[in-house]
Amino acid sequence: MKPWPPSAARQSLISCLSCELLSKAPANLDDHLRMRCPRCGATLHARKPNSLARTWALVIAAFIFYIPANVLPIMTVTSLGKTQSDTIMSGVAYLLLHGMWPLALLIFFASVVVPLLKLVILVYLLISVQLRSRWRPRDRTRLYRITEAVGRWSMVDIYVVTILVALVHLGNLATIRAEVGAVFFGAVVVITIFAALTFDPRLIWDRLEQPHE
Amino acid sequence: MTEQTFIACHECDLLQHLKSPPPGGSARCPRCGAVLHRSKRDSLNRTLALSLAGLILFAVANAFPFLAFEMQGQVTQTRLFTGVSDLYQQGMWGLAALVLLTTIIVPAVQLTLMLYILVPLKFGRAPQHLAGVLRLLHNLTPWGMMEVFMLGILVSVVKLAGMATIVPGLALWAFGLLIFVLAAAAAALDPHLIWEKVRYAS
Repeated sequence: MKPWPPSAARQSLISCLSCELLSKAPANLDDHLRMRCPRCGATLHARKPNSLARTWALVIAAFIFYIPANVLPIMTVTSLGKTQSDTIMSGVAYLLLHGMWPLALLIFFASVVVPLLKLVILVYLLISVQLRSRWRPRDRTRLYRITEAVGRWSMVDIYVVTILVALVHLGNLATIRAEVGAVFFGAVVVITIFAALTFDPRLIWDRLEQPHE
Repeated sequence: MTEQTFIACHECDLLQHLKSPPPGGSARCPRCGAVLHRSKRDSLNRTLALSLAGLILFAVANAFPFLAFEMQGQVTQTRLFTGVSDLYQQGMWGLAALVLLTTIIVPAVQLTLMLYILVPLKFGRAPQHLAGVLRLLHNLTPWGMMEVFMLGILVSVVKLAGMATIVPGLALWAFGLLIFVLAAAAAALDPHLIWEKVRYAS
């Protein structure tokens, strides 16, 4: 591989993540000293502070919430005295049974596959950075980029529950209520978005700049 | 003018000379492939026009019902806000807050701030607190989820179609247009262009 010039941080330059202005890092920069971007006022850090620890914490929290999000019902349909609770998976199964397989596939991907895949990718990136991997940094950065872009689409199930709750309240005839599973699921989506935001992809590249032993 | 010609890639921190791409083109980081700068044609005018259209469509999308549900002669109509208040009444205040933030508050704030920035710039003046507002806009980006909500509407319609009659309302069309207008406004905005107009605090 062609050797790249040293990163900005190695040349004592800090890039503002909000406006991309480069600032000179003071010689005695420590974590307690808050340095602000002279142009936009954002707090400057050479790397996102405590990125690995914070991302780990969020990823673990999301894994824990992922279980009740999938096991507990996300909504209850009451129709003519009959009550039926739906989890995410039973909702997918219902769509499959009624021949709506494109929709079943969509919900399955957005609600089950995407959050899990996102967590697995973040765990992989965290471990690869901690093991000082030099393996395919460009592809790992691309994985991060995908994780960051795709997470929002998991919200679709939350919105479906919201719309169904608002539309279907006809008293005894038919009523839909949101259930706790939806709360946990919403928490998973929000926590994974924060996890992707706290992970610093520049750490992937820092490992390549440290000299070979 | 080193601060304008040199930048560090926000994804791999490679220090590099930023070559201005041709209009409509983009500059990528040679090391990690991140998009560093997309140059837009007529950025200011287009973003301004699209944001204005977006705000009007947003008002329509909120003011009118987007779906009506009819079952055995009973009809319920839904506005954007109905879902939020129903969730709140069912004790799901966390979910209600999440939906309220991502589909109403964040898009409304984004559109308003865009106009707050772009209208004065159009007339050659820099608005007050431009830097802070730009920073806020940057931080809000992940939390506006109108396009995901639109997908949610489509899924709900298909789910309920077998159960009852679904009547699309005026707001639904406004909604459909709004998604494209918001995407086009985000694509037309050239933050570099605006950052260059920010005066340094010190």
